[in-house]
Amino acid sequence: MWPHRGISLQAPILPEKEGEIHIIDFDDENNIINKNVLLHQAGEIWHISASPADRGVLATCYNRTSDSKVLTCAAVWRMPKELESGSHESPDDSSSTAQTLELLCHLDNTAHSNMACVVWEPMGDGKKIISLADNHILLWDLQESSSQAVLASSASLGGKGQLKFTSGRWSPHHNCTQVATANDTTLRGWDTRSMSQIYCIENAHGQLVRDLDFNPNKQYYLASCGDDCKVKFWDTRNVTEPVKTLEEHSHWVWNVRYNHSHDQLVLTGSSDSRVILSNMVSISSEPFGHLVDDDDISDQEDHRSEEKSKEPLQDNVIATYEEHEDSVYAVDWSSADPWLFASLSYDGRLVINRVPRALKYHILL
Amino acid sequence: MAAAAAAGPSPGSRPGDSPEGPEGEAPERRRKAHGMLKLYYGLSEGEAAGRPAGPDPLDPTDLNGAHFDPEVYLDKLRRECPLAQLMDSETDMVRQIRALDSDMQTLVYENYNKFISATDTIRKMKNDFRKMEDEMDRLATNMAVITDFSARISATLQDRHERITKLAGVHALLRKLQFLFELPSRLTKCVELGAYGQAVRYQGRAQAVLQQYQHLPSFRAIQDDCQVITARLAQQLRQRFREGGSGAPEQAECVELLLALGEPAEELCEEFLAHARGRLEEELRSLEAELGPSPPAPDVLEFTDHGGSGFVGGLCQVAAAYQELFAAQGPAGAERLAAFARELGSRYFALVERRLAQEQGGGDNSLLVRALDRFHRRLRAPGALLAAAGLAEAATEIVERVARERLGHHLQGLRAAFLGCLTDVRQALAAPRVAGKEGPGLAELLANVASSILSHIKASLAAVHLFTAKEVSFSNKPYFRGEFCSQGVREGLIVGFIRSMCQTAQSFCDSPGEKGGATPPALLLLLSRLCLDYETATISYILTLTDEQFLVQDQFPVTPVSTLCAEARETARRLLTHYVKVQGLVISQMLRKSVETRDWLSTLEPRNVRAVMKRVVEDTTAIDVQVGLLYEEGVRKAQSSDSSKRTFSVYSSSRQQGRYAPSYTPSAPMDTNLLSNIQKLFSERIDVFSPVEFNKVSVLTGIIKISLKTLLECVRLRTFGRFGLQQVQVDCHFLQLYLWRFVADEELVHLLLDEVVASAALRCPDPVPMEPSVVEVICERG
Repeated sequence: MWPHRGISLQAPILPEKEGEIHIIDFDDENNIINKNVLLHQAGEIWHISASPADRGVLATCYNRTSDSKVLTCAAVWRMPKELESGSHESPDDSSSTAQTLELLCHLDNTAHSNMACVVWEPMGDGKKIISLADNHILLWDLQESSSQAVLASSASLGGKGQLKFTSGRWSPHHNCTQVATANDTTLRGWDTRSMSQIYCIENAHGQLVRDLDFNPNKQYYLASCGDDCKVKFWDTRNVTEPVKTLEEHSHWVWNVRYNHSHDQLVLTGSSDSRVILSNMVSISSEPFGHLVDDDDISDQEDHRSEEKSKEPLQDNVIATYEEHEDSVYAVDWSSADPWLFASLSYDGRLVINRVPRALKYHILL
Repeated sequence: MAAAAAAGPSPGSRPGDSPEGPEGEAPERRRKAHGMLKLYYGLSEGEAAGRPAGPDPLDPTDLNGAHFDPEVYLDKLRRECPLAQLMDSETDMVRQIRALDSDMQTLVYENYNKFISATDTIRKMKNDFRKMEDEMDRLATNMAVITDFSARISATLQDRHERITKLAGVHALLRKLQFLFELPSRLTKCVELGAYGQAVRYQGRAQAVLQQYQHLPSFRAIQDDCQVITARLAQQLRQRFREGGSGAPEQAECVELLLALGEPAEELCEEFLAHARGRLEEELRSLEAELGPSPPAPDVLEFTDHGGSGFVGGLCQVAAAYQELFAAQGPAGAERLAAFARELGSRYFALVERRLAQEQGGGDNSLLVRALDRFHRRLRAPGALLAAAGLAEAATEIVERVARERLGHHLQGLRAAFLGCLTDVRQALAAPRVAGKEGPGLAELLANVASSILSHIKASLAAVHLFTAKEVSFSNKPYFRGEFCSQGVREGLIVGFIRSMCQTAQSFCDSPGEKGGATPPALLLLLSRLCLDYETATISYILTLTDEQFLVQDQFPVTPVSTLCAEARETARRLLTHYVKVQGLVISQMLRKSVETRDWLSTLEPRNVRAVMKRVVEDTTAIDVQVGLLYEEGVRKAQSSDSSKRTFSVYSSSRQQGRYAPSYTPSAPMDTNLLSNIQKLFSERIDVFSPVEFNKVSVLTGIIKISLKTLLECVRLRTFGRFGLQQVQVDCHFLQLYLWRFVADEELVHLLLDEVVASAALRCPDPVPMEPSVVEVICERG
């Protein structure tokens, strides 16, 4: 089953007090797309993340409008059972049966509103979750099968200026004790045990940092993207200079994602309505792995006309996907199939793409 | 009559013409001579005679002809002429014959006297010769007598002459012996007087004789004495030589004398060099003292002069003396001298280099070049003298090194000048803000910078050009003819500077905002224009200038003008793009703050355009003015006649109503997507941060695109109340009223603003748009 609900930022943004979650099944063999709609009645969803331990559990950040005020809250939800199991007996009547999420617990307290982001502990048992609220980073413990959230510890940024977290990621390395956050143009690393800052990359980007992601296979490596149209790769042991900088997009880059298994594949989505798949061989965990064979001229059946398939010996752009007509706000890899990824744009279009076959064989063989 | 005609000359010729010679031959010869003359003048015989053309020369009737036949003539006359004519010709003929006869008589009379006198003369000569013969005979006898006497005298004197010769020989021998006996005392005297040369000469003269007769006791004694004295002499000479107080020529003399005394050359050679070394080291020490840090160093020209006259002159003397004295030593001696020169030369070079290194920082190139010239010129003499020591080559190397360093220095200077210009511009840009005026125009600043850089380049070229001036001795070295010009000046200095200028300029792009965005945008704009000017004209001008001045030969690959131009253009483009980004960012930040900090849900009904929008328009206008100072207008797409009057299509079009109509039935989003996609189908994709062209409109379009796209993205992140939406509507209309005039394609502005309003509408739970007419009123009022 795929996807693991990785994408849905503003998906269908409804100007009402509720949002929807679209569970989309993509059957690889038959190329069938199946959609299930879950109503999220608390408000429009701004951020979503799925529990790594329990497929049926997810956390959202959502807007609640009350008394002409917008509050951003976070909560943990459970999906209906039949969806969770991944069975889709009723493929075509999804529109008729809008089901509702079951609320497990709220992640707010009155002190901290304006949740920007919720992140689960990647390898854990689904008990720990981090939320970013204004200038606070909050670590929650979910108890009693997620029905109750207890604030375990918190830290906050002090100082002047715009101290609002925009994004955060939990590092899968170091026994899941590190979290990286972005605020304005700065990247910060935190130790979740002491809730203290471990590194800080000032002016990581010229403008606002929009997103970041950890290399899943290579500890200390981190990718970030921002309003300066750049994607930067950092080694957190040496934060003075980026390891590598990509400047392919022509507007703000909203998302950057490493492939979960082959970390040379990096996906970026931007408000220039392009999705770019890059091959960062030089800084991946398998840099020398694959020699170029000349004979694997790719069969064209899977290739989009826009794709520029190239020999992946050095860092390059594998393909630029221009199917979207408006800004792309979310991209993510499939958690099941490492060669599949999806992107979502403002106009509500979800595009699922595959890594070019030639490249796939390059990496595999 | 016939005989007269045959013998007489032609009627036209006078008889006196040919007085001598046989009568019969005369006409024949004359005719021949005449004929040849006539032939020479190209005239036919007939014409010359004035007769009618074409008479037959063989005509027997011609009286003067060679083939005259009296019979035929008479016959002809008789046959052809009437009687009267016959009579006439008869009388005529008679008259002519008479005239001829009288002529002949006169001739005979005239020549008779001459014959007689000739005969007399011959007779007289005969008598005289007879007398002369007698006298000759007498002379011969006398001579014989004289010879006889002379022989007799010789015979008597023979004996005495032999005796005299013997006596003379004895006298000479005695003189020599006397010299020998006197030799010791003479030598002593010479030594005492210090006339060493004289002494050595005496010794040399006597040596062989004494050697030969040494078996005789008396000679032996003399020889012994002489040897003692000579040894003393040698001793003294060495003494003098060692003291070394006197100059090189005297020393050379000493050595020469010693050599003549047969002292071992090897040893002398060593000693000679050791002495020379002492002297030259003295010179070097004095040079080093000049180098010393404490005394005010004399200028480099003086220094090389000292070095040249002191050290190099000394070295020359030593070398010349050595070669003269020890020529017999062969290659080993030459090698020794070369090693000597090499060693001292290298020390001298080290000193010179130290001095030149002190000069590196200084500015006066002509002095340096003159000093180098002196230095190089001076070393040519020993160089020629001592080819093996490689002094000239080493000197050339030093000169080359200095020239290279000089080039590096000039490059540094140019860079510094460029940076200085930039600093000036920065100050000029920063200053006028205080004065409240725009200050010196950008165009003026640009012209200042360009001319100052150009003048710096020219000054550098002129300074460097001194190295290749004709009168400088090293300018004809291959390095200065080839590599210095092409690699050093053209590539190293000029191309290097232009490259570094581009790099410096680009470095302003590479630090985007991260270092505080210290670069003022106007500077970016100015640099961009500067680079563009370089691309269009200045680079080729400078390179042509260089090529002309330095006559670059083509053996080294040189950077073509086009490559440099491309680099400059790329730099200009990057700078301008960066300028657009920076300016776009400024406006974007303003817009973003304004959207993010406002509470759009609880805003009041719009009465005015928000101040920030006015500010945006003001800033854009300012940028427009700024860019307009440096860049041309550029092309726009054709505009509709009155763009500002355009109303928002989003609201007038009924088709669009569905976009923000309440729609949470599952089918509604489909429509929304469809509609928005259909709309997108008709519009082109907007590349926000696209490269710009070199004109004002393109720059402004870039800035406005970036700003509006930011506005769009920010609006999408907010939730709007009804009045919030209306405020956005008003703001957008206001922007549309003022921004269209700046961009290349006003559709772009419309499209982006429509998008903003549509997004705001979509983000609004209660989208009730304002009446377009009200919007217009508010905007016009604001």
